[in-house]
Amino acid sequence: MNTTPQIFANDSIDGELATLNLGPTHPATHGIFQNVLKMDGERIISAEQTVGYIHRAFEKIAERRPYNQITPLTDRLNYCSSPINNLGWDMTVEKLIGIEVPKRVDYMRVIIMELARISDHLVCNSVIGVDTGALTGFTYMFQERELIYDIFEGVCGARLTTNIGRIGGFERDFSADVFKRIQTFLKEFPKRFNEFGNLLSRNRIFMDRVIGAGPISGDRALNYGFTGPNLRAAGVDYDVRVMNPYSSYQDFDFLVPVGEGGDTFDRFMVRQEEINQSLSIIRQALDKMPAGDYHADVPEFYLPPKKDVYQSMEALIYHFKIIMGEMKIPEGEVYFSVEGGNGELGYYLISDGGRTPYRLHFRRPCFIYYQAYPEMIKGSLLSDAILTMSSMNVIAGELDA
Amino acid sequence: MDKESLLNAIESQFPGLISNPAEPHGMLTLEIPVNQLIPLVQFLKNDERANFVFLTDLCGVHYPSKAEKEFAVVYHLHNLEANYRLRLKVFVGRENLDVPTLSDIYSAANWMERETFDFYGINFTGHPNLTRILNMDDMTYHPMRKEYPMEDATRTDKDDRFFGRDGHEGVTFDQNKQIAKQNG
Amino acid sequence: MEDVQIVQKPQGIEGEGFFATKLGDVIGLARANSLWPLPFATSCCGIEFMATMGANYDLARFGMERMSFSPRQADLLMVMGTIAKKMGPILRQVYEQMTEPKWVIAVGACASSGGIFDSYSVLQGIDKVIPVDVYVPGCPPRPEQIIDGIMKIQDLVKDESLRRRYTQEYKTLLESYKIS
Repeated sequence: MNTTPQIFANDSIDGELATLNLGPTHPATHGIFQNVLKMDGERIISAEQTVGYIHRAFEKIAERRPYNQITPLTDRLNYCSSPINNLGWDMTVEKLIGIEVPKRVDYMRVIIMELARISDHLVCNSVIGVDTGALTGFTYMFQERELIYDIFEGVCGARLTTNIGRIGGFERDFSADVFKRIQTFLKEFPKRFNEFGNLLSRNRIFMDRVIGAGPISGDRALNYGFTGPNLRAAGVDYDVRVMNPYSSYQDFDFLVPVGEGGDTFDRFMVRQEEINQSLSIIRQALDKMPAGDYHADVPEFYLPPKKDVYQSMEALIYHFKIIMGEMKIPEGEVYFSVEGGNGELGYYLISDGGRTPYRLHFRRPCFIYYQAYPEMIKGSLLSDAILTMSSMNVIAGELDA
Repeated sequence: MDKESLLNAIESQFPGLISNPAEPHGMLTLEIPVNQLIPLVQFLKNDERANFVFLTDLCGVHYPSKAEKEFAVVYHLHNLEANYRLRLKVFVGRENLDVPTLSDIYSAANWMERETFDFYGINFTGHPNLTRILNMDDMTYHPMRKEYPMEDATRTDKDDRFFGRDGHEGVTFDQNKQIAKQNG
Repeated sequence: MEDVQIVQKPQGIEGEGFFATKLGDVIGLARANSLWPLPFATSCCGIEFMATMGANYDLARFGMERMSFSPRQADLLMVMGTIAKKMGPILRQVYEQMTEPKWVIAVGACASSGGIFDSYSVLQGIDKVIPVDVYVPGCPPRPEQIIDGIMKIQDLVKDESLRRRYTQEYKTLLESYKIS
């Protein structure tokens, strides 16, 4: 009896290739995008992508909305970390107008942006766990995200699509309750986050699953325009917070974690470490929080307090003009980028002096790096392709805009 | 690296190409003719005095008021080592919308050019797969052009008159419906 | 703890070891408390749904522990997020693949009416392509609101007549959407 197992090499048994449609509705693709895969058994030969299933025409809408009404639009780009999008837009407009905000506003913005980054990375890492079969980590970490949502609610009133911040600062100062919640978060979250990390990062099954899944080299990643944790996992330490610091990030001392092979395990570990670094930044910001105003003194762009509106003539006129969108925005073009949850989120704004932008283009990191997906999964198994997709953290709102 | 050294490097290779460099809000912006786009970008990527290894962004802009320069394609490049950013603009008119593709030089340009084609109709010559990417494949017009309205004029549940608008920029409510009917 | 509601038994005749009631009531009760949802999550509302599914708001209390991603095995189609015109045919296909009885809940402003995206590429409400039972407004709705919508669906399921799917009224409804 022949006991040696027959090993089928890469040539398939009968030479036929199968076409498999992955998406647009699929439990593992978190978001709607379609991949048509040509498969040889379980191996993927090639992939063809279709995106645009949630194209909402943000750029067209933005040409018809006054500047303060575009903030809710930016919410819906990367909705897992919407404060970063909001504050990035506010900072773009401030750069165009030439407003400088007080230091306190910068530190408040840093706290909010780092909390949003933590919540985005928690989603991504939990979902990598889910796709390998570990649903428990997901349920634990979503509990923690509720704490972050409570903090956002204390600042702006909303959980997910926050519309946080105004041109020139914040709509209200952080209340004592918000500071208490942030302190509690900083004390309690690291313990539970370490539990989650211990479940997965040194787990033999998880490591065998994800190491080597969907690798990309640093050179190819740069050529494809990768940014954010995906690029850092491939070995290139490009972080917009360090390269072009904004909102006083230069005052903070933090490390930029970098991986080696650009595979799923590296992306997972880079995000894990970035959450730790974000916690450290929030701690530093809280310790060094300067006193001062929570908004810049720009009455043409920042709403006056309501009691003044009822009593003073100038406040009434400013209030009216801001609400009706008749702000005096100078002409010009500006490109401003922030480090979003997925990388360099850029805003290219051309203003012709009118009440709405002439052209607003969002440089969306998801859209740019998702192009590389067929190259990353070529030759791998279907299950590795699913893992690669979830570890790239493709958010459909940012992909299609 | 700074503005002077970069402009000198470009001048040495392409004399007389850059006539009026602008620097809005601190980013050097150069306008170049379409036929010089590929040689200049290859120089900017490969030459060690420029070393712009990263294509940050690629988008289109529509200026209906300019006659021969109606459509602009704007490229943002980034030299990561020297931390220097650059913006390039090429202008094309409505009759000849051909712009050579950058997807051989930067793979990131592939989808960004498809998006620009989808929105504005700019034809990137040499692109491996220049088809619509975000909109539906059977769409007959290029929606980001200024003459088209944002709203879907065939929608039945909202009446434009109650929204305080009668169409888009001089186009009346009925003409709006006509455009939508023509374009499907 | 005064406002705790005890679930009411359906009306029936009770005796030693038996309970006789209408078949429709029993089936309704069973269906309402064991719906298998198909989460059709497209955008931001999908993330709020994930929070609703999580341990804090816990959709599993309502019998929806098992998410069915296959339409053939699902009862409740939860459409959460913006549906673009490109996605419309796919949504319709998923709806048609579901077996009767099936219910649809439109979660969020985008699914109900197009939301803030009054643009050329967004379907202004999923009721343009499929019949909807419950609309949950909000952008995104809080998990409590989504649960409220689910509870309304449960009321609908509990009180639905067993013959509803065979009535002429229902057939006319489907024909108006050109669903055979």
